[in-house]
Amino acid sequence: MNKLLPRLPFADWIDTGIDWLVNQFGSVFDGLSAFLKGTVEGAVDLMAWMPSIVLAVLFALVAWVLSTKRIAIFTLLGLLFIDYLGYWHSMLQMLSLVITSVVIALVIGIPLGIWGSQQPTVKKMINPILDLMQTMPAFVYLLPAIFFFNIGVVPGVVASVIFSMPPTIRLTMLGIEQVPKDLIEATEAFGSTTWQRLVKVQIPLAKPTIMAGVNQSIMLSLSMVVIASMVGAPGLGEEVYRAVTQLKTGVGFETGLSIVIVAIILDRITQHAGKKKQGGRVS
Amino acid sequence: MEEKENNRKLEVRDVSKIFGKNSKRAAQLLNEGKSKAEILKLTGTTVGVKKASFDVYDGEIFVIMGLSGSGKSTLVRMFNRLIEPSAGAIRIDGEDIVHMNQEQLRNVRRKKIGMVFQNFALFPHKTILENTEYGLEIQGIAKAERKTKAKESLRLVGLAGYEEQYPNQLSGGMQQRVGLARALANDPDILLMDEAFSALDPLIRKDMQDELLQLHHDMGKTIIFITHDLDEALRIGDRIALMKDGGIVQIGTPEEILMSPSNEYVERFVEDVDLSKVLTAGHIMKKADTVQVDRGPRVALRLMKQLRISSIYVVDKGNRLLGAVTAQDTVAATESGASLEEVLIKDVPTTSPDAVLTELFDEVSTTPIPMAVVDERNHLEGIIIRGALIGALAGDGQFINNERTMEETEPAAKGVTGHE
Repeated sequence: MNKLLPRLPFADWIDTGIDWLVNQFGSVFDGLSAFLKGTVEGAVDLMAWMPSIVLAVLFALVAWVLSTKRIAIFTLLGLLFIDYLGYWHSMLQMLSLVITSVVIALVIGIPLGIWGSQQPTVKKMINPILDLMQTMPAFVYLLPAIFFFNIGVVPGVVASVIFSMPPTIRLTMLGIEQVPKDLIEATEAFGSTTWQRLVKVQIPLAKPTIMAGVNQSIMLSLSMVVIASMVGAPGLGEEVYRAVTQLKTGVGFETGLSIVIVAIILDRITQHAGKKKQGGRVS
Repeated sequence: MEEKENNRKLEVRDVSKIFGKNSKRAAQLLNEGKSKAEILKLTGTTVGVKKASFDVYDGEIFVIMGLSGSGKSTLVRMFNRLIEPSAGAIRIDGEDIVHMNQEQLRNVRRKKIGMVFQNFALFPHKTILENTEYGLEIQGIAKAERKTKAKESLRLVGLAGYEEQYPNQLSGGMQQRVGLARALANDPDILLMDEAFSALDPLIRKDMQDELLQLHHDMGKTIIFITHDLDEALRIGDRIALMKDGGIVQIGTPEEILMSPSNEYVERFVEDVDLSKVLTAGHIMKKADTVQVDRGPRVALRLMKQLRISSIYVVDKGNRLLGAVTAQDTVAATESGASLEEVLIKDVPTTSPDAVLTELFDEVSTTPIPMAVVDERNHLEGIIIRGALIGALAGDGQFINNERTMEETEPAAKGVTGHE
């Protein structure tokens, strides 16, 4: 078999391609890298500038507005507990990384999802790429990310974006496609433009599903923080990674628990935000 | 006929819809007169509608009726191109719909055609008022104006006061009123109603039919109504097109469809119709034998003898009904020298020509003399005898008048009017 078919050097081709990209677009990647680094670190500085108790109360208030009182109380106590354990700054670094990646994932993912829902060809092209993004082991694209963006928080953000974007895109497409056909027909029959149909009917009705996608993206992004720490992203992930490599089981659990608390807070808040503000219940 | 040509609202000419890939070949086969099943076998394409041609006139209720799968919903969706026709021409007010660009088509949909859907298709995230405003909103009409129009439209369908509710807070019948209000708010010329009342329970459905007829009477819109329910079609349709396997089998008034089905399919379709709810007194009445009141009892008696009947209706010179006399009373009158007027029975059973047969059963079965059919000025138009009523219910055509045959059958009918 090996003799019949000469082995094609795929690996070499990819290496050459990446070298070429780094050489050609080095300055572009440098600029992007500086921007992302500035965003993440700026957010950390902004949050660290406030006393921890003030920020915790602020988050609790946001939780109250977007969801319920119970979740607000959990947010306040959970954050204060993390502060008590001494991981406040690490938590802020992780939060900043997660929020930055999720915002980027949404800014790219939601419009892509909407586009895919309108154009079957676009959807056909997007779907295999999404499969690739979700199943390709993260370490594989972490390596080229280092070539493009150096060690630090930026390759962590890039890896998180790649890993967390698919659910947003998929659920945006799904939500829009699930809008009943007779409602689409009604919008058409009254002479709506495509834009009017999307903005006035499809997106509002798809909102709960889109929010479920946002929620999934946040969770996946959180699950990437330990991996991101391997390329030098600071934060709770880094603490976990260090504890594990130094066989400090207790510290590992402490930091792991802190991540779980942040995850629960973000999950509950986004879940409720998706359900709330739905004028008429969808029957 | 010329007048009708002038107020033609919608023209449909040889319109076909073929679903599937090999549509050109299928269209060719259609032209050769192949059936739906044959084309499916030969090309793998499904014929939704085949060569439908008809006109809809301004202000009429045109019902397209057929069983599910007969292509009626597909046909109606081609009028506003929710489904693109594969072949044929569709014109609204003489304007070609099929070759319009998107912009022109949107305008027609916004201004000329309103649509009401089987499952209401209300937007669940909008209030009743916002739903009703939708058609105006997308035309960019100012908020205050569209609110006024939408409220007026809701008032028309009897939903004033429900503006701030959401669709799922309303019953099915009320939801469909919103659907109707939403379509009316745009003030379209043509209303397409796709099985609009089929999802409602029978009592609500009948109410909605009545209200639709009332609205139609008040607003005079052209309505194209799709249904699979023959009773509904007969009730509301000015004209009915019957569809089968994508083709139109017969077009006519409800009466034409019932009384002269064009083929076996239509015949089978209409055989279960409750004729007593469709036929009216006008359909089964016979020419009345009468005597003018000033002719006197002897003439009346002679007429009754000649015709072998036991009573006769008495009219004045203007053919206005005065009453009836029996043979027995007339004999007594000739003996005592009394006038016809003195033995006249004034309390005779009467009905209008528009009364349906169900309303007549009771009186016809108990009255000793035939029932008189009079118009609003009390002119005697005809009489109803028991035999004709029963014969008509049995579907026997010889007892049922068409507008045309009324006069033709007159001489023959004379002998039949006798009664014991």
